[in-house]
Amino acid sequence: MTSSQTPPPAQPDLVERLLAGDRRALARAVSLIENRAPEARAMLARLHAHSGHAHIVGFTGSPGAGKSTLVTQLARELRKRDQRVGVIAVDPSSPFTGGAILGDRIRMQELAGDPNVFIRSMASRGSVGGLAVATRDAVRALDAAGFDTIIIETVGAGQAEVEIVRAAQSVVVVTVPGMGDDIQAIKAGILEIADIFVVNKADRPDADRAAAELRMLLSLDEKRGERAWRIPIIKAVATTGEGVTELADKLAAHLESLRETGQLAARSGRQAQSEMLALLHQAMIERISHTIGEEEWKRLVAAVVERERDPYTTADELARRIGLAPEAPEAPEGR
Amino acid sequence: MLVAKPGLDGHDRGAKVIARALRDAGMEVIYTGIRQTPPMIVEAAIQEDVDAILMSILSGAHMAIFPKVMNLLRENGVDDVLVMAGGILPDEDIPAIEAMGVKGNFGPGTSLATIIEFVRANVSPERMRQSLPPLPGESAPVDAPLAADTAREATR
Repeated sequence: MTSSQTPPPAQPDLVERLLAGDRRALARAVSLIENRAPEARAMLARLHAHSGHAHIVGFTGSPGAGKSTLVTQLARELRKRDQRVGVIAVDPSSPFTGGAILGDRIRMQELAGDPNVFIRSMASRGSVGGLAVATRDAVRALDAAGFDTIIIETVGAGQAEVEIVRAAQSVVVVTVPGMGDDIQAIKAGILEIADIFVVNKADRPDADRAAAELRMLLSLDEKRGERAWRIPIIKAVATTGEGVTELADKLAAHLESLRETGQLAARSGRQAQSEMLALLHQAMIERISHTIGEEEWKRLVAAVVERERDPYTTADELARRIGLAPEAPEAPEGR
Repeated sequence: MLVAKPGLDGHDRGAKVIARALRDAGMEVIYTGIRQTPPMIVEAAIQEDVDAILMSILSGAHMAIFPKVMNLLRENGVDDVLVMAGGILPDEDIPAIEAMGVKGNFGPGTSLATIIEFVRANVSPERMRQSLPPLPGESAPVDAPLAADTAREATR
């Protein structure tokens, strides 16, 4: 419990309190981000300069693979290495009511009471791709608050979880033996995003086979020889902590490799770019919903469905109405 | 919402039923699991920045646990969170529990609707105000799909 905060005489604002390590300020900041409160943008703009120091690790894999347990063990291992650890655990929102049950804390109880660990649950709130819309900004807040490693645990829905590569520097894909079809399922999407594979529940008899199948799939990568990072396959038993030291070592090695090869900068560039595009997209959507009401939006949608309008012309018209003038198909001025 | 099971009894069916009902009422519920100590509950409430805490207790230890939770909340400056309890709470203890600031105190037989209504009516309006409706194309419920979603899916 952090009871001895020493606030400066002048009333410090939320950002100052967060930067000074006040956990309540950090928690409130994440809420403001999640709720897209009006003050969140200005806050994030200030936090940005203080972020960029944390190693951001993403965990994904099918539900029940043992992600939460593994994350807990990894956090414990990193604490032994004297790191401050932030965890963001994303769980699905109900598409029907918007409600959610966030249960990852149940498996993370061992971490309770350590002031150098901060766990935050987030509901996906309808976003696809395994993360919540606000996940990256929440990471920024934790980063600015001085956490050395920030672990993001995704929803764990399966193939669509490629969003995590846009948010994390190192991606751990967790799988379990005895799910032959599961490996098939991850071939296309998740296989490509893994920096490290963990075959969890490796005390099961078919663990070696699962690891061998993965190794075989990885060997199909033609450019494997040229790549600086060889994707390791770690066998682990999250419930006992087996393989967790190796996982922590490999994560550190991966970060080092990203640095050496310039990949870290490249990834940061890609992330900044996709973030700016997302913000622009959001600004545009906001502008449109302010310019035209929900009624007109619905009418336009219905007209497109009824083939009275086409979506392309309609989108162009809307873009023009919010002050975006897309070039006409045959622009007269030659470029 | 934080739904927590303090104390040593392992009967969390009630807590799970309530967590599920609150979810179905559109709330985001963090369920901590059983055998939570007061520091664990308060720590979770702080980190998750919850609007309300609901403790379910059947073991009879409420008079030992609730004051600790309330004191820890106060020590950490958490003063705008609705704290509620449910479970086996003898009638003669209720005045003392209420005096600590624990509200609701839902005994056996309380309908789920009563609890949901109580939460809606008692969460601090300051906190309720923070939630904004989603943008089009973001977090749209299934019964009201937006074209933006479908369009995005189609271009994937």
